[in-house]
This record gives sequence, C-alpha cells and structure tokens, in this order.
Amino acid sequence: MSYRTPYSRVTGLGSAKEGTGHFWTQRMTAVANVPLMLFLVWLVVSLIGADRAQMLETFSNPVITAFTILTVVSASIHMRLGLQVVIEDYVQAEGSKLVLILLNTFFSYGVAAVAVVSLLKLSFGG
Amino acid sequence: MVQLTLPKNSQPTKGKTWPKPSGANVREFHIYRFDPDSGDNPRIDTFFVDLDDCGPMVLDALLYIKDKIDPTLTLRRSCREGICGSCAMNVGGMNTLACTKGMDEFDGPIAVYPLPHMPVVKDLVPDLTNFYAQHRSIEPWLKTKSPEPQAEWLQAREDREKLDGLYECILCACCSTSCPSYWWNGDRYLGPAVLLQAYRWLIDSRDEATGERLDDLEDPFRLYRCHTIMNCTNTCPKGLNPAKAIGEIKKMMVERRV
Repeated sequence: MSYRTPYSRVTGLGSAKEGTGHFWTQRMTAVANVPLMLFLVWLVVSLIGADRAQMLETFSNPVITAFTILTVVSASIHMRLGLQVVIEDYVQAEGSKLVLILLNTFFSYGVAAVAVVSLLKLSFGG
Repeated sequence: MVQLTLPKNSQPTKGKTWPKPSGANVREFHIYRFDPDSGDNPRIDTFFVDLDDCGPMVLDALLYIKDKIDPTLTLRRSCREGICGSCAMNVGGMNTLACTKGMDEFDGPIAVYPLPHMPVVKDLVPDLTNFYAQHRSIEPWLKTKSPEPQAEWLQAREDREKLDGLYECILCACCSTSCPSYWWNGDRYLGPAVLLQAYRWLIDSRDEATGERLDDLEDPFRLYRCHTIMNCTNTCPKGLNPAKAIGEIKKMMVERRV
C-alpha cells in the first residue's frame, strides 16, 4: 500500500534530459549502414573462393580495410543501441535491466574490437 | 520481464448466456464482466440484442442490455456523440468509442472488452488514474513570461491552423491503451495521447515555455519509448494522428541540438 499520489508516481525521478543523442546516433548509423552493407556484400562476394594470398592482397588496400572497419564500427554501435532499446522495452526488473545493458555494451564493443584488430592485422600483412 | 499472459485470477472464463429474445433481427454480444466484490475471475457473458427495439450504435446496444437485460452491466458514457470520450472501450478487437461505432460495421457476434492493459474497476470501466496524472504532468495550459496583454494573446491565422488535428483530441485513451510500448512501460512512457497533447502546446505560437517543455519530455522513457508502431493512429476514433505528433516532437529535439 502506497499513499504516493498518482502525480508524484508519474513525475517520479524527473526527466533524464537525454535520449535524443541515442535516437540521433541510431538514425545516423542506420543511414551509414546502407552503403556500408552494400560495400560489405560486394566485398564478400568478390572474395568467394579467394585463398590467403588474395585476402592479404585485398586488405593491403587501405581503402578496403578502412571501409570494412567503418562497417564493423557503425554496425556495432547500431546493434548496441538497438539491443538496448529492446532490453529497456521488455525487461522491467531494474537489476536485470542494468546487468543486461552492461553485458550488451561489453559484447558490442568486444565484437567490434576483435574485428577491428583482426582487420588491421590482416591489413599490415597478417 | 513483460507479462505476456494474464495472471491466473485475471483470465476470463466463460460466463452466463442470457435468454435470446424472440424475433429474427437479433445481434449477439460477448461482453467482458468483472465484479471486484465477488472475488471471481472475469467472465465473458453472452447477450442477445433485439435490433428492432434498439438504436444503431454499439452504445445503444450496451444501454439496451443495461436497461432491459442486466442492470448490473457497468460502463461509462455521457455525451453519446463522440465528444466526451467516456465510452472508450475495445469493440471487435479495436479500441473505439461505443457511441460512434455502428453495429453494422461488424460481422457476427460483437466482442466488447474494457480498454486493454489497464486495471479494471468493474466490467467495462478501466482505471485511468495514471493516464490523467500523465496528462497533468505535461502542464497542458498556456505558459507565458511576457507581460499579460490588455486583451487576448494574439495568434496569426496560420499559427492557429497548426493546432488543427491536435485540439480535437478528447483524451478517450483509445490510442495510449492500444500501444504496446504503453502496455509494457505505461508507468514511465507518457503514451500517444499525452504526447499529442504535449505537442499541441509545443507548437502553440503563444506559448513561451517550449524549451522547458522539451526538457521535460527529453527522456528515454517519457518520449523515446515510441517505436512508430502506429496502433495509435490506426485506432483513433477521431481520426487524429498521434504518431505524427510524436515524430514532430522528436524532430524538434534533434533540431535544437543539430
């Protein structure tokens, strides 16, 4: 039983005064992902059947490596923001929500870091 | 996690089938009944309405049932012409106003439930306390700092036109209670009706608190739970577009920082 007024419950802890950054970054990465994903599909298709030497040669081109890194970074940020929204939508328990948002952040940045380092390694000759 | 099924004591059971009147022109209704005093689960009662003795709208049928079959049927209604918003309920799977919804718009039996995902007070009466408090929280009145003019605050014709499609909202709550984001996070997300009202004051040319209003709305839950699902716009019995109003608020948020 709580004697808090409905108005007090609704106003709660007040406005977080953020959220637009999240919203805007998600839209920006969405727009960036359109050409970047087309590039990635082109790259993967062009490398079908390629051996290690051909791969090394392809990624020795800085433009190819740079755009692949951009694809990984943009997709990871987009994934992190999107999954965060899903977690906030569906997980109501504050503890679980906090833990899942942390794990989501670690996972997204972890995946991105491994991919970027691998690409750089490949780019600098394996 | 979000509750995807109703708690055991809220699951509706099969209720009473009331006698069918003689005559061929009869319409079948399946109506949600809940009596908080009985301690029983909600039930779905079946009623038959004699269309030769009843007006054409769903509200006419509900009042026919209340007057002639079961006086304990509980519902809100007032103006019977779509301007008060009292008789908002879920009819045939859509949130609407019973008074402006014709029975001839449905095939077969008509199912009538209270507005979804709200606590039920009794039968078709939902508890909208939280909804009204949310409306209060956006301070839906003109806020000014300039000295009061001698007469009224003036507004250009084209500025007044910006309020069309917004001022008509009657706060029936059909849109908010049709929104999955409001179902899951209705305690923190303001919902389409309240955000449409917020936008109505944000674009009022006479209002001088636009910045503060945007500050109060800028929140991952209050505003950004809207994922453009569009149920609100589909269901609005007044033909308004709350999803567009929310989109415009998001545009203002970006505009003031880009």
